[in-house]
Amino acid sequence: MESLPVKHKTSPKTEYAIEVNDLRKSYGKVEVLKGIHLGVERGSLLALLGPNGAGKTTTIRILATLLRPDSGTARVFGHDVVHEADAVRRRVSLTGQFASVDDDLTGMENLIMVARLLGFSWAQARVRANDLLEAFELSEAANRQVKTYSGGMRRRLDIAASIVIAPDILFLDEPTSGLDPRSRRYVWDIVRALVAAGTTVLLTTQYMEEADALADRIVIIDHGTVIADGTIGELKTSVGAGTVHVRLRDPRQRPDAEQIMSQTLGVAVHLESDTAALSAQVSDPEQVANTLTALSRAGIVVTDFSLGQPSLDEVFLALTGQPVAEEAELEQETV
Amino acid sequence: MATLQPTLTRPANGGAMHAALTMRTRPQRPNALSASLTLAWRALLKIKHVPMQLFDVTMFPIMMTLMFTYLFGGALAGSVGAYLQVLLPGIFVMTVVMITMYTALALNTDISKGIFDRFRSLPFWRPAVLVGALLGDSVRYTLAAFVVIALGLILGFRPGGGIVGVLLSLVLVLVFAFSLSWIWTALALVMKTPESVMMVSSMATFPLTFASNIFVDPATMPDWLQTFVYLNPITHVVTAVRGLMHGTVESGAIGAALLSCVVLLAIFGPLTMYLYRNKNAR
Repeated sequence: MESLPVKHKTSPKTEYAIEVNDLRKSYGKVEVLKGIHLGVERGSLLALLGPNGAGKTTTIRILATLLRPDSGTARVFGHDVVHEADAVRRRVSLTGQFASVDDDLTGMENLIMVARLLGFSWAQARVRANDLLEAFELSEAANRQVKTYSGGMRRRLDIAASIVIAPDILFLDEPTSGLDPRSRRYVWDIVRALVAAGTTVLLTTQYMEEADALADRIVIIDHGTVIADGTIGELKTSVGAGTVHVRLRDPRQRPDAEQIMSQTLGVAVHLESDTAALSAQVSDPEQVANTLTALSRAGIVVTDFSLGQPSLDEVFLALTGQPVAEEAELEQETV
Repeated sequence: MATLQPTLTRPANGGAMHAALTMRTRPQRPNALSASLTLAWRALLKIKHVPMQLFDVTMFPIMMTLMFTYLFGGALAGSVGAYLQVLLPGIFVMTVVMITMYTALALNTDISKGIFDRFRSLPFWRPAVLVGALLGDSVRYTLAAFVVIALGLILGFRPGGGIVGVLLSLVLVLVFAFSLSWIWTALALVMKTPESVMMVSSMATFPLTFASNIFVDPATMPDWLQTFVYLNPITHVVTAVRGLMHGTVESGAIGAALLSCVVLLAIFGPLTMYLYRNKNAR
């Protein structure tokens, strides 16, 4: 079995692998999608960022032809996901939130089964399964039942099953939720390698950090509508580079610290419920150094200090003026 | 961070990874038979990995045969031995019918897990998921049937139709189980939990098996019940199996049994596939 060389996409930037227009979907009286618009460029990675219940999974399931929209259109390489579902299925692959592998079977058997269902002969299926297990460092666990796998191994196997034939588009629904940091980085590496090999990836996540690490473009959705769409740079300009968190040794100095911070950073300072802690959104990380100097010059001792990515919460606060409101898990299986 | 293994955080086997990620040659779509056989293979692997599944198909037939033979034998036929000649072919059918319910249970469990999405997103012949599961289950049915016959022979059952009659009965019962299972697969696609599947299928199975000619001669029943009994597909299958086992079968009986199979398949096959296609796609 030969593997074809990767075709480098030399198509113009405006060519979209996925185009979504005014997509709407309701479950009973609950509107889950209220008109979603999306465009994903060929060979790029788009992160769909949003809290639980925002409509991420519903969107991705419609694109993978597992769910029918009420109205609006979704096209994958020009094929309509409702009317040309078979053509779409031949080019996409989905790794869902709930591992789509058989717990009772071994890792090897799972991959052979998928390969067979794609049309490989038994011998070819075995070769392909072996290659994938090796690439994803699951060879040692190949003959163990999947129910004995760790969360990270299971997710790797799941992704392996999704790329038995490398798809033109891979949908990843919260690929790292529930994984430990090391497994998460491993999955990120796999995703990066897939994009480098020419696969267009659409992933959903609740973590700003993940979107930042992987995505060319980020679309933030909330309550079934797109509230922001841009590159990470564009979003950061609108949201701020991150949040500085400061914790003082002496809580009585907090009013002074608040004043100094708001002067040096030029933004409003937020008083945390912890009486010794303060935080502020910053647009320019360099100002943070000045703040630290000013604090120490005023004799205020800082015991804890961090400058982090804005969290999804902070992004929402900046974009909507409201914190994330988690909704019931409407988009979970409504079997 | 000395404990951090670089091979895990950043795969060292970049070459293998790259090759694995770029396999884009797509073989021809598998044909219906190949896809069904693959999924039957999966069902057999499940038996291999979870042998407990075979407990119900061995213990259940033993329990049924012993219980009904000794409980009803003396009262209904004057002696246990005489009753066994009539009852055993019926128990044979009943056992397999009861086990078909587990097919629905397994399918419903699949649906509630992600594996169902995986199957639906692969471009193979859609009914293969169900046909494959049913083919795999026929191994379980055969085992259960074998247990019933073996126990019957030990207790004194003597089939006049000989080994050929018994084997033909087995084939007929497998065909019937395959046809009947489509009722349960349709049910599995409609019901929300495995528990509700089990409850509804038991509720349907008990009247179907008892209101038949398995235990008693329908001539002793009131007219309205007799009407039901003769509409019941199980009655026709039991009549044919009795005939085959004792070597007294009439072609009409086999014809009626096969007709029952065709009717079940014609109604519930398309219904199941309709439900399957539209599952979650509302």
